[in-house]
Amino acid sequence: MKKLALEALDSALRPGVTYADVRLIDSRERDLSTKNGKPSQVSSSESAGLGIRVLAEGCWGFAATDDLSKAGVKSAAALAVEIARASALAKKRDVVLAPEDKYEATWASPCQIDPFSVSVDEQLALLLGIDAELRRNSGVTLAQTSMVFHRERQIFASSLGSVIDQTRTASGAGFDVHSFRGDEIQKRSYPNSFGGQHQLKGYELIHELAMLDHAARVAEEAVALHSAMQCPEGRFDLIVDGSQLGLQVHESIGHPIELDRVLGSEANYAGMSFLTLDKLNKLRYGSEIVNAVCDARPEHGPGLGTFLFDDEGVPAQSADIIRNGQFVGYMTSRETAAAIGQARSNGTMRATGWSRSPLIRMTNVSLMPGEQTLDEVLGGVSNAIYMETNRSWSIDDKRYNFQFGCEIAWEIRDGKRGRMLKNPTYSGITTEFWNSCAAIANRDHWVLWGVPNCGKGQPEQVIGTGHGASPARFHDVKIGAAYAG
Amino acid sequence: MPADVDKIPILSLDRSRELFENVQQAAHSFGVRDVEVLFAAHRGALTRFANNNIHQNVAEQGQWISVRVLFDQKTARATTNRFDADSIRSAVEQAIALTKSVAADPELLPLSPPSAIPQIPRFDAATASASPMDRARSVAEAIRVVEGAGQTAAGFYSTGQSVEAIFNSAGLAALHSETMAQFSITAMAEDSSGWAKESAVAYSAINPVQMARRASDKARLSRDPREVDPGRYTVIMEPAAVLDLVGQMFGDFSATALEDKRSFLTDRLGAKLFGDNIHITDDVAHPLQAGVPFDGEGVRRRKLALVDAGVPRELAYARSSARRAGVEPTGHGFPVPNEIGEAPMNIVISGGSTSIEQMIASTARGVLVTRFWYIREVDPFSKIMTGMTRDGTFLIEDGRLTCGLRNFRFNQGLIELLNNVEALSPTVRASGEEAFDMVVPAMKVNGFHFTEVTRF
Repeated sequence: MKKLALEALDSALRPGVTYADVRLIDSRERDLSTKNGKPSQVSSSESAGLGIRVLAEGCWGFAATDDLSKAGVKSAAALAVEIARASALAKKRDVVLAPEDKYEATWASPCQIDPFSVSVDEQLALLLGIDAELRRNSGVTLAQTSMVFHRERQIFASSLGSVIDQTRTASGAGFDVHSFRGDEIQKRSYPNSFGGQHQLKGYELIHELAMLDHAARVAEEAVALHSAMQCPEGRFDLIVDGSQLGLQVHESIGHPIELDRVLGSEANYAGMSFLTLDKLNKLRYGSEIVNAVCDARPEHGPGLGTFLFDDEGVPAQSADIIRNGQFVGYMTSRETAAAIGQARSNGTMRATGWSRSPLIRMTNVSLMPGEQTLDEVLGGVSNAIYMETNRSWSIDDKRYNFQFGCEIAWEIRDGKRGRMLKNPTYSGITTEFWNSCAAIANRDHWVLWGVPNCGKGQPEQVIGTGHGASPARFHDVKIGAAYAG
Repeated sequence: MPADVDKIPILSLDRSRELFENVQQAAHSFGVRDVEVLFAAHRGALTRFANNNIHQNVAEQGQWISVRVLFDQKTARATTNRFDADSIRSAVEQAIALTKSVAADPELLPLSPPSAIPQIPRFDAATASASPMDRARSVAEAIRVVEGAGQTAAGFYSTGQSVEAIFNSAGLAALHSETMAQFSITAMAEDSSGWAKESAVAYSAINPVQMARRASDKARLSRDPREVDPGRYTVIMEPAAVLDLVGQMFGDFSATALEDKRSFLTDRLGAKLFGDNIHITDDVAHPLQAGVPFDGEGVRRRKLALVDAGVPRELAYARSSARRAGVEPTGHGFPVPNEIGEAPMNIVISGGSTSIEQMIASTARGVLVTRFWYIREVDPFSKIMTGMTRDGTFLIEDGRLTCGLRNFRFNQGLIELLNNVEALSPTVRASGEEAFDMVVPAMKVNGFHFTEVTRF
């Protein structure tokens, strides 16, 4: 593969090309799912191809192909250069890249048990066992389980002389149950909604999730929700579980700190950001206990945003985003770092597969753990609402106003769970919400959650991101507006 | 199959047939007789601009072959984008290995029999061969319009072609090719913005300069936005807003979704659910539609009367859900195996004769919405959706637009919404960001529920 990547790079280095990089990718995936006692998705796929990115006449051009013949690669390289030259027709300024060093490296993400070495029979048997346990509850009208495994080897070669060979193996699994009764559909999921938990691990993740142990409880909760009280409308102290808080971090910290959004690159689709450049080092983003980082390094954990180098050859880094409540950093690329006068990219350029050009994407954007026990988080106020597991999420295109719905909630009275509440939602303004953060549970409760379906860019790129979070409490939050008259 | 299909360079009928024969031979060598193969190929390019500057400019080409085998009442699928003999053989071998792991399903159907599938001509050679310079010139012209108004432009222009084909060992052979062009532009002023997006089979049907003017006018007219209290308003939704919001409900018009009791139509089919003026069909052959005239098992797509005078009537059926219901499949199934079943993909919402200008003129106090954003389902059975307005939200007072508004969050039930439609415009092919393109009218709706206001 390395030889082919270097040949592609040579093809791209034509007169007038001031920078080029090539990503050659070979990937495979296995998808398994069951529904109401039967296998539904049983499939495997593989894909190989390369993307060539060039800078010519001060503009970007990118072409991708799965024709890996010499002629196919040459043709893609020529097209990338032709495209860059066409870009110059509507150019305001030359692209300038922050300096970066040359690297040669080989890395594979830790994978204790190769998921592709585990038989499909064994994997389906586990899913069908969970499915059967879920349907033992007669109130369950739909039971679904799934597993997905993905491995991708990427050779990155650039005109700086870098040659980086990375292999990442990701696993994901989860289940959900629906219960339909009367005029209501209720749903519960484990360990998270929308496909469960996803991490940069092998099959050991599936063992760790112990899904079968949770099946009966989750089914029972889905059915019990029909009899639960409607979540009240008003302002309450709110406690959210780690998985929901991970998504809250994703939407209201992760996206607004993308510097390409801030600078307008995504204005037509994903939108811009309220975090304009004047707010750096000045805005009080959250309360004193709020600390957030963007950390792609393996030592941060096996997140979907963990790697050794990003997709323009910049080493993985940890960047402070919010320090003691103060906004202190963006996610950057070589181009955007240079645009705001920073010396170096903090390494967040990522692409979906071989066919797309890298963009600034969340790596692992995590809320750092606090110092309190879970009992202290729950018990810090006499009256609160605790919400668990995301059901809906929406935020405006500058990332101010958000609304989240969760699958289930409970009243909290003096630190103890009280009555179950159905259809809980909460909403707010990003900075007001984070400034109302009153307690964050400690590292014992901190989990690096995976969001496998983050979309951005035109053409759209769907990628996995990581978000560490532990349960946290927020003061005086607007609750229940979604269902109010 | 008409001869001109073979002129498509990226994947011809003859080449597909040759590859299918390779798959069949490989399967036979493993003792497997029943094989279905899906092919897809695409070549496309997208020129993206922001800050009045082309900042990303990409092209890609790719193809894949997806093999499904069927034996002993079991089935599974393997997919590859490598078309050499060894890779095809390996995909067949993987599909067979996966199939062996699956328990026999007595309800599994044999492969689809061949049937006559009419060709729908949707290939425009000029769009297929549009060059980077063609796109860049159009983008530069559109930018000049917005920049000339003292505003900033962002958007994209894409052109491309795609081919989808299905073959099986029961003799089925079908191929569809089409081209598609899309142009989208946002014009941004100091504290306001406007937007326009269109798609068409032929890029000559799109006028980027005209769209740039439309977006720029919206940005100009909505400058210095006022904040008004959330609440219930008469709302005029432009076609893109209708598409993105109402478009969220069509996955529920699936027989499998009703079987699973995850559809809001559970126990409601045939009952009066929406207003008398709501008529919705699924029609792949509609002249403003795009897409493939057969489904994931090669069944011809049939026109469906999804909603007739406010009554949900027909559902989409894949072969398996049709068999369970004792009806004919409608040609809306996804490739097998899958858990979703089927969905209508070519929505046409009947329009009326009221122009948007007439809707505004007849409104004492209301809101004009250009587009919605980040729409998500809050409640699956009452079909409450939440989302935001974006890029051109206006206050209507005494029959005219009086100012731009800060953007709202809404929480609105679709059943309620479709009971409150006061007027419909003629239909257009609409293109948005939250649902696939559809043929829809603008709608004037009473009692639309805005619940919050954001900061811009």
